[in-house]
Amino acid sequence: MVIVENLHKDFGTLQVLRGIDLQVEKGQVVVIIGPSGSGKSTFLRCLNYLEKPTSGTVTIDGVRLGEPGTDINRVRRTVGMVFQLFNLFPHLTVLKNVTLAPRKVMGMAAEAADEQAMELLSKVGLADKCDQYPSQLSGGQKQRVAIARALAMRPKVMLFDEPTSALDPEMIGEVLGVMKALAQEGMTMIVVSHEMGFAREVADRVVLMDGGLILEDGSPAEFFGNPRHERTRAFLSRVL
Amino acid sequence: MTYSVEIVAKYFPFLAKGIEVTLVFTVIAFIVGLGLGLLVALGRVGRSPALRYPCIWYTNFIRGTPLLAQVYLIHFGLPQVLHYRPNGVVDALVALSLNAGAYIAEIWRGSIESIDRGQMEAARSLGMTYAQAMREVVLPQAFRRAIPPLGNEFIALLKESALVSVIGLEDLMMRANMMAGRSFRPFEAYFTVALIYLALTLGFARVVNHLEGRMKSGHS
Ligand SMILES: Nc1ncnc2c1ncn2[C@@H]1O[C@H](COP(=O)(O)OP(=O)(O)O)[C@@H](O)[C@H]1O
Ligand SMILES: [Mg+2]
Repeated sequence: MVIVENLHKDFGTLQVLRGIDLQVEKGQVVVIIGPSGSGKSTFLRCLNYLEKPTSGTVTIDGVRLGEPGTDINRVRRTVGMVFQLFNLFPHLTVLKNVTLAPRKVMGMAAEAADEQAMELLSKVGLADKCDQYPSQLSGGQKQRVAIARALAMRPKVMLFDEPTSALDPEMIGEVLGVMKALAQEGMTMIVVSHEMGFAREVADRVVLMDGGLILEDGSPAEFFGNPRHERTRAFLSRVL
Repeated sequence: MTYSVEIVAKYFPFLAKGIEVTLVFTVIAFIVGLGLGLLVALGRVGRSPALRYPCIWYTNFIRGTPLLAQVYLIHFGLPQVLHYRPNGVVDALVALSLNAGAYIAEIWRGSIESIDRGQMEAARSLGMTYAQAMREVVLPQAFRRAIPPLGNEFIALLKESALVSVIGLEDLMMRANMMAGRSFRPFEAYFTVALIYLALTLGFARVVNHLEGRMKSGHS
């Protein structure tokens, strides 16, 4: 579903990604962990070309990004993204946040878009908030709306960039719950998160990124039980 | 110090006609400036250098030169090389609109740039084009933020419009000049016209404050 080959990204002289290779199969959940500044966000942003890689290739569902005939806006419909700070549209109601892209990008009719949005909002447990504005919601609720908004484009892959790290502890569970349900439905997910419980329970693979490289990549059992690299052990001992 | 109320009363209807001209001119220049300013602002925040540099130079030129010089340039200077017939009304409107456009462009730009980058990114990540994201997500939020400075710009423009009377437009200021000449009472003429401008600007300032208050209570 997602194939990344030898991905490099520089910001000026700063080499943030230094040759990343990663393959994610359909339906897999990959959790990426790693120290702050190691390039996790940059990596996710390269997957939907919010950031243009310096070199290397990204292929999503058979479509190679950045090729001359590739319409990036078309690819982005198939890649949902959830941000650390939600990035909900504050001038729109919850419902309109969810219907905006289906209506404008896919030309979906108003009723169909509303119906789909209500379905998705029920799924994340927020149907009753549809007429509220983002400013009236708690952080956990905002993030669940953001997930519904991304799902409204019927993506094939979902990217999550530290979706719970801006939340009060008591709200983390509700967001992880929604993500877990999504994983169980078979969504392909790449999740940057330091929620080790989630990684152990939901991930098919856990990946450690450090210094712009993938150091360790394995099943949760291998990753947490018997990591191959000293760096992984050191990192785990700090966060666990 | 004497301020003859009779003189003022006698000439007030004459002055009042200028209020209409001043307001109509200000409103037209403001509306043209809103549109022009938005285009220029979009040119400046966009990625195309071919659009960005002309936009930068337009705002720099207008904001870096006196309005009076611009009015003279359009009314007296350019006709010499571009061979059009100077027309006081049109030239005044063009000068005032071009002037407003530059200041308003900076207001639009500031409000567009004040919107968190994450908004554009979230919209793009959903598959929206740059234009769609701008139109549906960034601009609606930027418009709200622009309302208070735009209100202030309208008031500034109302005052600036007095300058265009130099090319023969019968606005409030020109009528004050005429009143001073006919009545030989320049104090009454200019003090009264100043009071009229003051009443207008204070009135509009109240409207702006009201809008600002409503915005703060809304969702922004
Ligand atoms: N747009 C940018 N311009 C310059 N440097 C950037 C930019 N985005 C990220 N960086 C730098 O790249 C490095 C990796 O950042 P990031 O991908 O956000 O790491 P992480 O998400 O793992 O904390 C950091 O040193 C950061 O300062
Ligand atoms: Mg990050």
